[in-house]
Order: sequence, then structure tokens, then C-alpha cells
Amino acid sequence: MSKGNIRNLLRRDTRADRVVPPTGFTAQLTLFVSGAMAFLAVFALALSLASGRLADRWASELAGAATLRINAPAEQRAAQTEAALSVLRQTPGVASARALTGEEQAALLSPWFGPDLPLDALPIPQLIEIIEGEPGLDATGLRLRLGAEVPGAVLDDHTRWREPLVDAAMSLRRLGWISILLIGGATAAMITLAANASLAANAQIIEVLRQVGARDRFIAGAFVRRFTFRALFGAAVGTLLGMSGVLLLPEASDAGGFLTGLGFQGIGWILPALIPILGAGVAFLATWSAAQRKLKELS
Amino acid sequence: MGTGVIELENISYSYGGGELLSDVSLQLQPGSFHFLTGPSGAGKTTLLKLCYGALLPTAGRMMAFGEDIARMNRDQMALLRRRIGVVHQDCRFLDHMTLAENVALPLMVSGRAENGTQDNLTELLGWVGLGSRLEAHPPELSGGERQRAALARAVILSPDVVLADEPTGNVDWEMSQRLLHLLIELNRMGKTVLIATHDLSLIRAAKSQVQARVLRIAQRRVQLAGANL
Repeated sequence: MSKGNIRNLLRRDTRADRVVPPTGFTAQLTLFVSGAMAFLAVFALALSLASGRLADRWASELAGAATLRINAPAEQRAAQTEAALSVLRQTPGVASARALTGEEQAALLSPWFGPDLPLDALPIPQLIEIIEGEPGLDATGLRLRLGAEVPGAVLDDHTRWREPLVDAAMSLRRLGWISILLIGGATAAMITLAANASLAANAQIIEVLRQVGARDRFIAGAFVRRFTFRALFGAAVGTLLGMSGVLLLPEASDAGGFLTGLGFQGIGWILPALIPILGAGVAFLATWSAAQRKLKELS
Repeated sequence: MGTGVIELENISYSYGGGELLSDVSLQLQPGSFHFLTGPSGAGKTTLLKLCYGALLPTAGRMMAFGEDIARMNRDQMALLRRRIGVVHQDCRFLDHMTLAENVALPLMVSGRAENGTQDNLTELLGWVGLGSRLEAHPPELSGGERQRAALARAVILSPDVVLADEPTGNVDWEMSQRLLHLLIELNRMGKTVLIATHDLSLIRAAKSQVQARVLRIAQRRVQLAGANL
């Protein structure tokens, strides 16, 4: 079907549109289905975009950092920390390295042990934060050197838990997109059913139109326009309601972890506007193909 | 094949295992007036449907305006139906639309429903005596009004051929004369008219006003009826 044909089909013709009776359960069904599906699509899109952001953030934040843990008796801890920092300063690919202060370590543990943790009384290892630089950290080489010079040092380059986290976030993103595809498919199926029901209920009208010389394009166009504009309206309402729901979600916060910040950000707010257009497109294709089949069947 | 607007050549039509029409040949010349008569169930409606492509023959060849109907696609069939106006016994209107909209339907579907056509529409409805019923809906019309509206709809595109299936079947004698008069007027304008009817008094009444050929369907075949109807 050419662009011109699609434009002609969608051009409103109030007189031609009157040939299809305006009432019937298919009208409510189309409105409800497209509205509900658009509402769900907004949330699936928000989830997918947020998961993508989360995966990117985790990947970039954790990829450029490593942690060195000094597990040494209390009387050797300071010396081993100093020795480790000295090794790190001489290691290529380490942009900076610093030992975390007692307050910073306490802050890391406070979610589990509360704010008044007596760090001095506990055998807590000293943590050293390493920020990677060019040409990148050779973790194997660094481990060998630390093993020889700082026996209590354990290097964690975050690979072990970064990859599953990023994988999980990517899976969530994939699920979001699969949900959107399923929503589109379900919308197409429901609108096809509604269009078929409407075409069958109006078989006599189709017969009259054919008898007075209507081409199939004219008849299909009247049904296609009816269903496309209904779906567009229903999806627009559903999208607006969905976006209002997303607006009411809590803002991203450290306390909320990944469960917050599921909304849209920046240009992402424009993407839901595409949902009604896609919904109308799905309705157009579903009704057009249902009409073609039915008209051939009624020939 | 000859010069007829509609030509049937050795047409047969079967339905449900039985043959309704067998080896029928017929030519409708431009500007001619025909009656098709025969008992109920003889196949008058079937023959009319074959003439405008609503049914396709199971054997033989059916030509309309020089084109073989069996070779036409659905678009060509639509264009053919704009050249053949049909008046059904049951009229078949779109009940949710007004009488004026129903009569103007052929103009709308053929893309000729411009603003200027309103005057023509009013004039046409006046011609069939429905000038004051433009905004009425089909269920509000009497049998005679529906038949006249169906006739107006059938001729609004100025077709070359008018086919009428029992146009006087549901109306009284006075109304049937009025409808007959309208059909004769159309014939005088050059239209080919074919009326299927079992009402012999209508045919007798017409014969004094127009030169009409009377065809009779009997035993699945079409014959030219004699003077003794």
C-alpha cells in the first residue's frame, strides 16, 4: 500500500464515515482495549528505559573502580595499608588510590549494623578505593605483586558481582521491550476481533454499498478510519493516565535503591507520545487486513 | 455477441445441486423496455442478479457493455454497478441514514457528492414525489415511498440500465401505476429497463404506453411471451 493510499484512507470524510453505524459494542471494546494497552505500554516503556539506565550506570560506575581489602591483625593493618598504597602508586593503570576513613567505612556498614557502630572494637578490614586510569588495570599482575608484598591484601575488581547485576538490568530491559511487543500483538488481535465482529454485523450494509457501486477501498476505508481514530483516542487517554501514574512514582533515591527512579528522564518523556501513534498504526493494519479478508469472503 | 448493453449467451445457473436456469440467451438493446415474468421461484430474481453481476453463471457467457463479467475484478464490478441501477423488492436501505443520504449513496461512493448535487437530489426526490421526506429515516417510510426512494437511488447516477425486481410487489394499484409511469419516463430518457414481475395487470397497463418486450421464464428457460398474457 503506497503512502498516498494510506493518506487517502485516513482522510476524514464525514459523509462517507456515516455509512458505518456509529454504535455497537465494538466501539467500546476498541476504546477500552487501546486505552488499557497504552496504559500498560507506558509502564513497560518506563521499566525498559529505567533498566537500561541502571545497566549503563552500574556498568560504567563499577567498571572504572576496584577495592582492595587489607585483612591484617590490628597492629599490622596500618603498615600493610601504607605498603599497599605504595604498590598502587607505582602500578600502571591506577589513577588514584586512597584508604577509606573510619567514618566512611562506618557509613558503608550502617545499613546493616546501625549508625553507632564501634569500629575500633571490631576486626574490620581496611578498605582502599582504587580508581582506574589509562591504560587500564592489570588485575592479575597486581594480585601477584600484592601477594608478595602485602600478604593480607585481597583485590576485588568488582567483576564477580558487576556482571550479574548488569545482566539482570539488561534482562529487565529486554522484558520491558518484550512486554511492549506483546502489548502491541494483543492490541492487534483484539482490534482484529472487534473489526471482524463489526464487519460481520454490518454485512448487509456492505452488500448495499456494493450494490450501489462502492469499491472495496471505499468500504474498507470507512471501517479502517472508524477503528484507527477510536484506537488513537483510546490510546491517547491511556497514555496520559499512564504518564500521570509514572509522574506519581517516587523519585530516584539512594535509600530506595533500584526500585525508585523507574520513571522517564529528559528526552525519555517524549517517547510515550509515540504510543498512541503506534496504537493507531496497529489498529489501521489490523482493521485493513480484517476488512480485506472479510470483503473477499463476502464477494 | 451483438450490440446489447447486457447480453446473456447460453447461460446456466445452478444452486444447491439443482439447475435454476438452463441455456438462457438474451440481449437487452440500448433504450429497450423488457418485462420478465413467470411464476414465483421460476428464477426471475436470479436472472436479474446475473445481469448486474451479483451472481455468476455456472455455464455460458455474460457480457455487460461489451465486457465479460466473469473476467472482471472487484473494482471493475463496482464500476459496472454504477452503470446499472437496481431496484430491489425489499429496497435495502441503511436505516441509520436519512432518506436523502440513502438516495445520495451512489454519488458518495463514486466520489461525486459535491455541494452542487444537493439541488439535483432535491429535484430527483421531487420527481418521485418524496420532496418533503428528505430527512425521514427509512423505517418511517411507507412501502410505496420506499419503492420510489429505491428507484431514485437506482437512477441518481444516470445509469444506462435500470433493473427492477418486483417494484410493485408491496404497493397498491395506484402506487404501482405511479412507479410504472416513472420507469416508462426513464425509458423515454434512453435508459434500458428490465422489470421482473409476476403482476400481469402491470404489464397490460404498460403495453398501452410503451413498446415493451415480455419475456417469460418457464422450465428454466426464457421465452418471448406471446400476445396472450
